[in-house]
Amino acid sequence: MALCKLLIANRGEIARRIIRTCRALDIRTVAVYSEADKDAPHVREADEAVCLGPPPVAQSYLNIEAVIRAAKATGAEAVHPGYGFLSENAAFAERCEHEGLVFIGPPADVIRAMGSKIEARRRMAEAGVPIVPGTEAPVESLEEALDKAATIGYPVMLKASVGGGGIGMSRVDSEAELRKVFQSSRDRAQNFFGDGTLLLEKWIDGARHIEVQVAADAYGNVVHLFERECSIQRRHQKIIEESPSPDLADALRTRLCQAAVQGARAIGYRNLGTMEFIFDPEGHFYFLEMNTRLQVEHPVTEMITGLDLVAWQIRIAAGEPLPLAQEDIVRRGAAIECRIYAEDPVRFLPSPGTITSLAWPKEARVDAGVEAGTAVTPFYDPLIAKLITHGASREEAVERMTRALRDTAIEGIKTNLPLLTEVMEHPAFRKGRYDTHFLPKMIAAKT
Amino acid sequence: MAEIKANISGTVWKILVQPGDVVEAGQEVAILESMKMEIPVTSDYGGTVVEVLRGEGEFVQEDETLIRVEP
Repeated sequence: MALCKLLIANRGEIARRIIRTCRALDIRTVAVYSEADKDAPHVREADEAVCLGPPPVAQSYLNIEAVIRAAKATGAEAVHPGYGFLSENAAFAERCEHEGLVFIGPPADVIRAMGSKIEARRRMAEAGVPIVPGTEAPVESLEEALDKAATIGYPVMLKASVGGGGIGMSRVDSEAELRKVFQSSRDRAQNFFGDGTLLLEKWIDGARHIEVQVAADAYGNVVHLFERECSIQRRHQKIIEESPSPDLADALRTRLCQAAVQGARAIGYRNLGTMEFIFDPEGHFYFLEMNTRLQVEHPVTEMITGLDLVAWQIRIAAGEPLPLAQEDIVRRGAAIECRIYAEDPVRFLPSPGTITSLAWPKEARVDAGVEAGTAVTPFYDPLIAKLITHGASREEAVERMTRALRDTAIEGIKTNLPLLTEVMEHPAFRKGRYDTHFLPKMIAAKT
Repeated sequence: MAEIKANISGTVWKILVQPGDVVEAGQEVAILESMKMEIPVTSDYGGTVVEVLRGEGEFVQEDETLIRVEP
């Protein structure tokens, strides 16, 4: 089945990224937008565009009815959800199928199972993939939480079963602290994700976050496209990702990638997905969660494999087998991505406003959602662009990124560019020796 | 009369005080949501809350007055 027209149910850099691949595949594109985004680049670059409604996400990018209406009205045959918004919404995937639209992603039941951290943990444990020690069922009350936390042993991680981005997630060091944060975590999860279900996991100190890109087709073929190191985070939000992971022995990498393939196969995965793992300082790894969509940091994998992951997604969804077998997927050199956020680098407050001037580096791949004159509004995610560099070695990729950051100039709003440069120049980062504490420590050392 | 203003443009997620409440300087009185982040609003003054001008779910601009306090 060849697709002729595809609707992109997203905005910003990822909408533009998907348009690029569609052009290469000769697929016509339909953009959707909120009233706040009417002048956004993705609206202009698509072949057609449909306004979904007012700026708040519930009335625009999360409005399933409006998105389906737009697809029907324009005659789109497929919907690409990007990341965030409706990308991991099983009801939306089901609705697309019901309306005869090809959803570019996995089947709805897989999205639903992996969308619940509790269910995902159960399924992975069944498949023989190691999981972080923790609760097997939802923690329903404070009393139960106190009881379970005592068994696991403090510190523990209190997490929302549904959702992500670090919201409703906190490290808890004592019984008193758990009493304090239990209800507010539940409220936050309810408010942001419409589900207040919580779980507890053992806190792993000095942990690293390493994820594996997997791809699966409808014919039982499952492959991995290597790992991405994602430990440079602040408040559970990734800032910098790279591949290969700079401090991972080959034998361990092989075991990790095999575990990811094994997990994806066991749940009947289809399309592209990411298995996230946490590594303890001794090198044991545990499954954290699966992202059943395209990842923000997918360009890192594209740079080291030379593959177009969005094209893979579209081809798999259209019923084609995987383009390559595992042995044909080759890694070349190293790649790094820096996420540019519209935020004050000192106070870490969001920085909405209008971009008055913009200069991008020549030496990096730039996936940007903005251009000079674009208004960055408070309604959506602060990610405005990603810079990605590649090199024959990690040192070369880091050098290129350092220069690329220096050659980037964004006026009119505040951005985290100074912070990104500081990381690139940090001796521990240069050595590739870092964990998830790296960035909070670096920031604390300055103040 | 002292005014507690929004430190950023965003949506009011929670108002944590009501008229008649006594607040201390540095106390968290509201939480805004902007760019998917929770931004706490703290009072610069101690005093009694006289008026809450904006409600939960409303969009506010940076520097807009949210709450009036009688020091």
